[in-house]
Amino acid sequence: MKLTTTFKAVTAAGVFALMMSTAASAVTLQLHNGGDPRTLDPHKASGNWEDRPISDYIEGLMTLDAAGEPILGQAASYEVSEDGLVYTFTLRDDAVWSDGTPVTAQDFVLGAQRLQDPATASSYAYLNHFILNAEAINSSEITDFDELGVKALDDKTVEITLNAPTPYLLAALTHYTAYPVPSHVVEEVGEEWSQVGNLVANGPYIPVEWVPGSFIRSEKNESYYDAANVAIDEVVYHITEDDNAALNRYRAGEFDILSSFPADQYQLLQDQYPGEAHVAPFLGVYYYVMNQSLPELQDVNVRKALSIAINREVIGPDVLGTGELPAYGWVPPGTANFPSEAYMPEWASEDYGARVEEATALMEAAGYSADNPLSLQLRYNTNENHRRIAVAIASMWEPIHVRVELFNAEVGPHYDALQEGDFQIGRAGWLMDYNDASNMLDLLKSGTEQAGGTVAWGNNYGRYSNAEYDDLLTQAMSELDLEARGELLAQAEKIAMDEFGVLPIYYYVSKWVVSPRISGFEDNPVDRHLTRYLSKSE
Amino acid sequence: MLAYALRRVLSAIPVALIAVTACFFILRLAPGGPFDAERALPANILRNLRAAYDLDQPLIVQYFLYLGRLLQGDLGPSMVVQDFTVSQLLALGLPFSIMLGLTAFVIATAIGLLAGMVAAVTQNKWPDYVLVLVVMIGVIVPNFLMGSLLQLVFGVYLKWLPAGGWRAGSIAHLILPITVLAWPHAARISRLMRGSMIEVLGSNYVRTARAKGLGQRLVLARHAIKPALIPVVSYLGPGLSYLLTGSLIVEQIFGLPGIGKYFINAALNRDYGLVLGTVVLYMALILVLNLLVDLAYAWLDPKVRYR
Repeated sequence: MKLTTTFKAVTAAGVFALMMSTAASAVTLQLHNGGDPRTLDPHKASGNWEDRPISDYIEGLMTLDAAGEPILGQAASYEVSEDGLVYTFTLRDDAVWSDGTPVTAQDFVLGAQRLQDPATASSYAYLNHFILNAEAINSSEITDFDELGVKALDDKTVEITLNAPTPYLLAALTHYTAYPVPSHVVEEVGEEWSQVGNLVANGPYIPVEWVPGSFIRSEKNESYYDAANVAIDEVVYHITEDDNAALNRYRAGEFDILSSFPADQYQLLQDQYPGEAHVAPFLGVYYYVMNQSLPELQDVNVRKALSIAINREVIGPDVLGTGELPAYGWVPPGTANFPSEAYMPEWASEDYGARVEEATALMEAAGYSADNPLSLQLRYNTNENHRRIAVAIASMWEPIHVRVELFNAEVGPHYDALQEGDFQIGRAGWLMDYNDASNMLDLLKSGTEQAGGTVAWGNNYGRYSNAEYDDLLTQAMSELDLEARGELLAQAEKIAMDEFGVLPIYYYVSKWVVSPRISGFEDNPVDRHLTRYLSKSE
Repeated sequence: MLAYALRRVLSAIPVALIAVTACFFILRLAPGGPFDAERALPANILRNLRAAYDLDQPLIVQYFLYLGRLLQGDLGPSMVVQDFTVSQLLALGLPFSIMLGLTAFVIATAIGLLAGMVAAVTQNKWPDYVLVLVVMIGVIVPNFLMGSLLQLVFGVYLKWLPAGGWRAGSIAHLILPITVLAWPHAARISRLMRGSMIEVLGSNYVRTARAKGLGQRLVLARHAIKPALIPVVSYLGPGLSYLLTGSLIVEQIFGLPGIGKYFINAALNRDYGLVLGTVVLYMALILVLNLLVDLAYAWLDPKVRYR
């Protein structure tokens, strides 16, 4: 009897607490944000789970519209010099920080200097090395920060000088690395400026509470110039890495938006919540690298056999179950300033059986047979989907006389091995940092000679190298005509793909679940969705 | 007893030093580093990052730097949650983990003892069968599955309780996590208690007490409970350590702000400072709990004295 009474009381208390919480959050967006943010400092951040709260509270010269296209943000206008090297931005008159202090050009200068300052130890500083002297400052070759190509001509005018014409500059300025910092707060509290309490915002929201491991909560910034059009009053970015648990909470009505969902629940979502799962292409490629410093993989015919024997059409729909798009090229569809048609080799349209026959013949010509198969180790980082794909591809390679040993490791050691060249075939992925083909194509540039005679291969894990390819990328860097530049980049892509420099497998898709109560959410290729465009109905 | 406790605390110091040293070097020698990621960082960026965390110093220098800071109570910066120091993170997460763990411990221990006694007294009758079944569920079903099931039943379908999350002061948000955490613990205690109680109830001195005409309640209260508790008490220390430190899955599933989650994330991301800080903290907790259990054990069983 007592137990029943206690249970009732506890349940009633729970229901009451829940009702209270619901009543208090009439226009609160409950957003599933995935991982635990490392920081709210835009110059130290490195993931999209940090980008969401950061890009809601701080705005650059340029920002994004709901479709992910760059639009003017804190800048009211800009001009470009004829040679494409100097951009001059004029700030909005009504751009203010949330404490009422006007946003100034010096805030942008300090932000840019701070990003390149070696003491900041920003892992993404290299993204803005297109700015004059940025790289030299970041590597301490230049110690006078005033030599950086970002200057304040007056309180409201920012001038950015580039090393070379950079057609994707406006898109790059929407990235958090290009955000300003409130110099008046930095002057007062130093590196603690981005801690909740010290933090001031020039964007639509201000973070007011952060419970690591649980949530970040932001409130609407009434000082924001477009505050009148911001419908959500409060955003709670929930930290939940367990996608199944997040989906349960969505189904319980606790989340309005999920930023990911378990692939094996896609069918359930389509059946029970039709139209709420958003699966859309975005700029990134899942691929395998072949270590071309190994003699067996230097043979282009072996690389070709490995590539054409992969049945990419079944990976997205059948192996993963979420319809990822098969990738035959390197630059994802939808990439800006690039020919609209994705690279498509002739063999892609051939019958798969015929491709396997051709691949077998190529392998036999290279000296491999059922009695003398090519043994390869396929490395992937621990993840159920990576394992599934590896198993599927290993079975696709079996008929062409390739024996695969699967080897998995944690993400850190895995990429360490790839970077060291200590692998045969390895799984990798690349999500583009900015919407320009060069961001993908740079990955396959030849290594550069370092002091001491070593060669740095960067993210070109497979050590693919082609002088003509490198030359086309160099030409593209100084080409001002966007169409001609796109053609040069497309030619480079064709060279790398015709030589099977890498094995693209699928183009990434974004996976969101959006409640019907939410409007204003638009799928877009950069997969960024600012809260200011969303609204919520009861 | 005080001297015994003091001796135990002092003997823990070299153990702690060995554990920290071993952990420090194992972590550093393990493959991978805190700045390994899908993208190779340019050499100068990596150099900046390594310098910022003293990782550019020789390993032995790093070790003594760490020990020096540790002696001053400074656990250093976190590389995973950069806006917080390790001490700040532990200070935020520990009270929550302790609150969650202790509540689960108290509830589980009370329920476990009671269920064990009832099952022992009603051996091979229906209450015993029902309790054994409930206990079996707690032992067999892993907590990630239990968590998901409870979320589905009470959060998604019945909508009686929040399926996850945390709001200060909200008891409702704690009911499911505590249930998931406490159930297996209660199950183990009740199994221990049942077995131990059955043994005690079959012993000669209990038979003698009954022969003298004592009723069931008095037999239990005066002669059976205390000796039956001995094997249970020896489990309570490790059990409480488990509840305080092993709530990782529960924290993960329910999105709770405890330190278990930090520990695993930190280990996976090679966040040296946070891993070591958590190890130091866990070690201190386990040493204290073991000491408390030994003292309780000695109190319960006069044969065990402070040797």
